[in-house]
Amino acid sequence: MTFYDIIFYLFAIITVASAFIVVTTRNIIYSGFSLLFTFFGVAGIYVLLGADFLAIVQIMVYVGGILILLLFGVMLTNKITNVDIRTGTVHLLPAAIGVGILFGALTSVMVYTEWKSEPGEIPLTTTFSIGKELLTNYVLIFELLGILLLIALIGAASIARREKE
Amino acid sequence: MYQYFYDLTGNTIIATLIVAVFPLVNVLLVALIGVYLERKVSAWIQDRIGPNRTGPLGLFQTVADFLKMLQKEDATSTEIDSKLYNIAPVLVFTGSFAAYAAIPFSSKLIGSEADVGIFYVLAISSLVVGGILMAGWASNNKYSMLGAMRSAAQIISYEIPTAIIVLSIVMFTGTLSLDKISDMQTASFWNWNIFGGAELGLTKFLMIPFMFIGFLIIFISTLAEVNRTPFDIPEAESELVAGYFTEYCGMKWAMFMLSEYGNMFAVSAIVSILFFGGYHSPIGYLGNSIGVEWLIPFEQAFWFLAKGWFFILVQMWLRWTLPRLRVDQLMSLCWKYLIPYAFVNLIIIGIISLL
Repeated sequence: MTFYDIIFYLFAIITVASAFIVVTTRNIIYSGFSLLFTFFGVAGIYVLLGADFLAIVQIMVYVGGILILLLFGVMLTNKITNVDIRTGTVHLLPAAIGVGILFGALTSVMVYTEWKSEPGEIPLTTTFSIGKELLTNYVLIFELLGILLLIALIGAASIARREKE
Repeated sequence: MYQYFYDLTGNTIIATLIVAVFPLVNVLLVALIGVYLERKVSAWIQDRIGPNRTGPLGLFQTVADFLKMLQKEDATSTEIDSKLYNIAPVLVFTGSFAAYAAIPFSSKLIGSEADVGIFYVLAISSLVVGGILMAGWASNNKYSMLGAMRSAAQIISYEIPTAIIVLSIVMFTGTLSLDKISDMQTASFWNWNIFGGAELGLTKFLMIPFMFIGFLIIFISTLAEVNRTPFDIPEAESELVAGYFTEYCGMKWAMFMLSEYGNMFAVSAIVSILFFGGYHSPIGYLGNSIGVEWLIPFEQAFWFLAKGWFFILVQMWLRWTLPRLRVDQLMSLCWKYLIPYAFVNLIIIGIISLL
């Protein structure tokens, strides 16, 4: 076992353990903060896979943006900690069947797909190639996503600005 | 530096850990000297004497404070959320110290030469926001909560103008790596980005005013990101006791202070790398002129620390000169002035770079 394996297992444990806390805890604040460690662990695994840019985007967008927004929402909501969050089990049989089918499908896809397993060099940086791909082959999707985000931004601003009748 | 320790130990991880000690020592020194200087600078500005009892000129004041802090009882309120309460200071310090991984202290002392340097620094500082919110919530105190909310709102708002100015520098230099950005501004001070970069020509002179605007915007917004006056409403003493760390004492409180001073140096370093040549000397190297190769990295470290400390002193000077902004003034400054100006600046710098 090399050092990199140990680091991988460290991040994997962080991710899985904190994700477990996210779904099992009854305190919604604990869920939110555990999610921070989940995102962080996933970013660490991205780094080990050689996807440096993606890892940073993961931290920037999820930890820095979405999670903070989520915590803000939770903390500004009145008396949210007193809400009884149900984490008990209901409809055990249908849930088990549904989850079992999904698990089976995912596992079979994972096992039967012919993954390209060439011993590739891990690139030193992915930033340049990602930028090039985004502005050549995927420029339309890139622009459309930009417009989508702009629309969301304008919508949010107009809702926030709406004056009382 | 890393290569040297790698040859010595033969192990990448151990070598990295040894190299990581240097920024840690730097953060500790910045906190130690910074707290002392803050007191002295404030005293000079307000025409007082400042600390003068412990050691010559009060030099050992912060050492004494630190020894006192180590012995303090960890007094906590009974109503706190003790798990989050204990994690929060660690998370805040982790976030501010992690930024040092990508900051080049000299051409030989760089934690990581990863090509995503500046982007990484911007992203990892969001851990600090998480830690601050955690501290505010876990303290179970309305002042802490208000401070944490204000701080988080302020940091995520001011991240936007910072990111836009960083983007314009990235567009201008064509790299995200802090090491390469510093390396482009070598030789002398008129090659610094604030003077339009290394390439001579018409574009260099066209660039100068917009680079100055960019520097002003990023300096103001990084000042707000580290919660310093005039943007210190998260810990406004006269309103909120001490903001999000009201309920902390002893070493946990010291970790918040440590991360504040660590952050101050980190943003000063970022500003000096982006606009003032980073670790490069403004006047050429003594090592080059007398032909002593090994002297150059030490000179670079000296210039880097000198630039960092210069901006820390400017931050202190501003803190003891300007009054604090109100919350609404703070938000309107960011969203109505800094962000539009930064956007226009970004477009103009882009157009000039294309010329």
